[in-house]
Amino acid sequence: MTILSMNRKALEKAIGKVDEAMEKSITDMGTPIEYVNDEEVAVEVFPNRPDLLSLQNFARAVNQYRGKGKLANFNVKSSGEKLIVDKSLPKEWPYAIACIIKGVKFDDERIKEVIDIQEKLGMGILRKRKKGGIGLYPLEKIEFPIKFVGKKPEDIKFKPLEFPRVINGRQILGQHPTGRDYAHICQDWDVFPIFVDNAGTIMSMPPIINSHDVGKIDETTKDIFLEATGTNLHALKKAFNIIAISLAAMGGQIYSIDCKQQDGKVISAPDLSGEKMDFKVEDINKMLGVDFSEKKVKEYLSRMGIGVESTGDDPKGPKCKAIVPAYRTDILHWVDLAEEVAIAHGYDNFEPILPEISTIAEEDPKSKSKKVISNVLAGLGLLEVNSFHINTKKDVKKIHYGLTDFIELEDSKTGRDVLRVDLLTNMMQILYENSDASYPHKIFEVGRVFSKDTSQEAGVIENEKLSVVLSDEKVNFTDLKQILDYLFKMLEVEYEIKDGSHVGFIDGRCGEVVVNGKSIGYIGEVNPRVLKNWKIKMPAVALEIDLEGLI
Amino acid sequence: MDIKVIIESLSPIERKLIPLLSGEPVSVDELANEDLDKTTILRAAEFLKKKDLAETEEKEEEIVDLGILGVHYRKNHLPERALLIALHDKKELAIKDIKKATGLNDNEAKVALGTLKKKALVDLKQGNLVLNAKSDEVSKKFVEELFLESLPRELSSLAPEEKFALENLKKRKDLVEVLQTKEIAVKLTKNGLEIQKEKLDVDLIEQLTPQMLKSNGFKNKKFRRYDLTAGVPRIYGGKRHFVNQAVDHAKSIWLEMGFKEMSGDLVDSGFWVFDSLFTAQDHPVREMQDTFYLKDIKAKLPEKKIVEGVKKSHEGGVDGSKGWSQEWKEEDAKKTLLRPHTTCLSSRALMEIGKNLKENVPAKYFALGRCFRNETVDWSHGFEFNQTEGIVIDENANFRQLLGYLTQFFKKMGYDKIRIRPAYFAYTEPSLEIDVFHPVHKKWLELGGAGMFRPEVTIPMFGRHIPVLAWGPGFDRIIMDYFKITDLRNMYKNDINQLREMKFWRKD
Repeated sequence: MTILSMNRKALEKAIGKVDEAMEKSITDMGTPIEYVNDEEVAVEVFPNRPDLLSLQNFARAVNQYRGKGKLANFNVKSSGEKLIVDKSLPKEWPYAIACIIKGVKFDDERIKEVIDIQEKLGMGILRKRKKGGIGLYPLEKIEFPIKFVGKKPEDIKFKPLEFPRVINGRQILGQHPTGRDYAHICQDWDVFPIFVDNAGTIMSMPPIINSHDVGKIDETTKDIFLEATGTNLHALKKAFNIIAISLAAMGGQIYSIDCKQQDGKVISAPDLSGEKMDFKVEDINKMLGVDFSEKKVKEYLSRMGIGVESTGDDPKGPKCKAIVPAYRTDILHWVDLAEEVAIAHGYDNFEPILPEISTIAEEDPKSKSKKVISNVLAGLGLLEVNSFHINTKKDVKKIHYGLTDFIELEDSKTGRDVLRVDLLTNMMQILYENSDASYPHKIFEVGRVFSKDTSQEAGVIENEKLSVVLSDEKVNFTDLKQILDYLFKMLEVEYEIKDGSHVGFIDGRCGEVVVNGKSIGYIGEVNPRVLKNWKIKMPAVALEIDLEGLI
Repeated sequence: MDIKVIIESLSPIERKLIPLLSGEPVSVDELANEDLDKTTILRAAEFLKKKDLAETEEKEEEIVDLGILGVHYRKNHLPERALLIALHDKKELAIKDIKKATGLNDNEAKVALGTLKKKALVDLKQGNLVLNAKSDEVSKKFVEELFLESLPRELSSLAPEEKFALENLKKRKDLVEVLQTKEIAVKLTKNGLEIQKEKLDVDLIEQLTPQMLKSNGFKNKKFRRYDLTAGVPRIYGGKRHFVNQAVDHAKSIWLEMGFKEMSGDLVDSGFWVFDSLFTAQDHPVREMQDTFYLKDIKAKLPEKKIVEGVKKSHEGGVDGSKGWSQEWKEEDAKKTLLRPHTTCLSSRALMEIGKNLKENVPAKYFALGRCFRNETVDWSHGFEFNQTEGIVIDENANFRQLLGYLTQFFKKMGYDKIRIRPAYFAYTEPSLEIDVFHPVHKKWLELGGAGMFRPEVTIPMFGRHIPVLAWGPGFDRIIMDYFKITDLRNMYKNDINQLREMKFWRKD
């Protein structure tokens, strides 16, 4: 969850007083308020809206939403400078774009803000820098043209940000805190990417760290060189656009740079012209169940910062083109425009209706049968339990001491590392944990157990099982067989019990339950070895049968 | 007071006890006899108290009783008595012969000599002990002996000379001990005294027997009246687990609304859990730290047409959608995991519906089942939880209908007031979050998300876009709220005491 917290005074200067009505507008816009106090206003920003992740951008959206702002229009001048993206770059990190922003009024607060948005874009849209990284430099410290090149890490030597001495690229990954955090991204690459200016100064080693000497902005910085590099050009451009307009909103003027890519194509960055998207008003109306005029839709979209051009009369109704601002990352399809219209209209203002369609309800037949079985057993005074589907290997081995073929979980944070192979293990745990409750204990569970099966789509077969366990000072096979017998009578199932053998039960007191000639499970007195393993102090009888053929 | 009714309601033990009581408190110890043991008396006294016929008093008492040596001496003689008897026989005894003549040990002999000297019953003459008392004096019991014989006694009841004897005996080891005890005494109240005057042994039937039925033995007889307000020992019945009771209830709501149940495996592939739901392959929810992936088990993907459609959705190109503008890899789709939501059942249902749109649309489906999330457990986080979910597939489905279904569903769940706000989910557009107003706590509860499936989700399954309304509120919060469970860990704790006490799910 991404929280944007903003200085209240600065925000109120931009949008007006944060009172109840304003809070409602902010929530309705799709940024729920986290908290408001005298100093700060904090909102949640959903991952589809990284363009809201700074005070200025957020304020622009609020003003537009409240009908008080204009559509964003960014004035980009050309700097005439060049960036050359070299073929020596690692194949994993092929793209770079850059621009210049002049005249930003930095103070402590703003520097913090810029670092914060840079960090949030890096975490979100750039996926923890796996898709790309963003860098800022004081313009006065570098000399154009600038090259983005690949070099052997051992040959890259500079002083990284906030580090006392010069070290090489490999050492940065091991010694610099940021290097350690992001080492996993590039440690296996043959060459590492670096920015080098015309004087041959190493400016940074993306996506890890800037140079301390030329890559650090402070309060004296006015003009900025801004770059973004990475593996996914689409995501890069979006992140780059968002940070560029954030800086522009702080009073900066954007100057484009011609960025010559490896394939020779020149990208003039940033491209802040909006993207065009076709839509039909009638589609939006049908989706939302409303009858908005084209004018209304236009007005709503403009309140969401989106412009609309009509493309002339269509016999099927007006067809329009939306101009989606360059900072929006989430408008993929016209349905996204429909949501914008809905948000502008206000979710509260839609009247719920129920359609007149006829469908026939149907409960899953298996779940119906399971309910019947549970009700029969509850009627006998048994208590239904409900246990977890994952176990520890150690607990499973308290019964199945020789078992090795587990279905294991990767990196479980729960301490439980395998899918359950039976219900009995959990039943034993329940007996163990309830030695202080008055006896007899009469419990049952209906649930799924797992085993490997390559013929299944997901490589695992899941079987519905029933387990019943009785535990008391005096309890024996007959007590449980009576229950099984009653259950099968109620279900009209013919069964027989054959001599069986199971690690969990006492030899000679363990029967195999056979239905239609097929063994479906076991019933017997629990092996004292198992009871001891579980530190259970009372005898127990148990059964576990497969319900698949019965339900 | 209706004496007659009261007498008819006296149980046999009460009837036995009343004659033994009086207006003064009598201790239970004293009341106990062969017929009525202490426990029975206490029970009977409790019954009488409820009828306002008796009162009980608890008295903290200090009781003087015999010590180990005291018991021994009471059976035999005190050392001083043994010496006196020996001296009475021989008239004179050499000091050195005392032990031999009496059988006393060193210490006893010393104590016996000292005591008799103090009582001036003996003299010492040239190393010999001489009796200095007449026969009647010799045969008279010492005050200590009388006291020992009277034990046990209440400390407060001792006469001054007995107190003096006690002080003397206390100086000698293990002769007497003073114990703190609690004593319960019973006395009759004014009503009790009146009842006592009545004839209590009326002929009442205590228990109807088959013989009485056969012989008409109950005719013209009265049954002893019961105290119907008396407490009874607890019993517990068998029952469904409370979570399952709630699940059944929620299912019935879906069924009432005409939905068909979807069911499926708990283990599913990345394809169905994420890819078919337009969740980008590098989306953080797919990372291992949030999800239970299975080690070394790969899933098979569905038929090529479906896989190709999903691939196209992600890479861009479905119905003009830009997709995620990145390459889609089968490898991630083949990972297997414990489902983190039930929405994978919905996307599987879409595929089935897509096989024959003409026949299958419109349709309404629901699912309710266990889901998993790789999470450290605490009071508000569990790694297993329940989700419920519904989809409506209809050419004319729209956003306002979604709100209509949600309003209806939550009304049936017991929440009349709902509130919706914008939200973001990868696979729905528009998306919304539902809060319901808790009628008792007077506050909004966040219950989950809803929306309309994106064309990137529906087109690979249907071949074209048909609106699908979807909502998947969390269900455990509703269960916790109803059963007043404040710690999620108690949901699947299987504490037998808790399960026995837990009320049944009953929500209208």
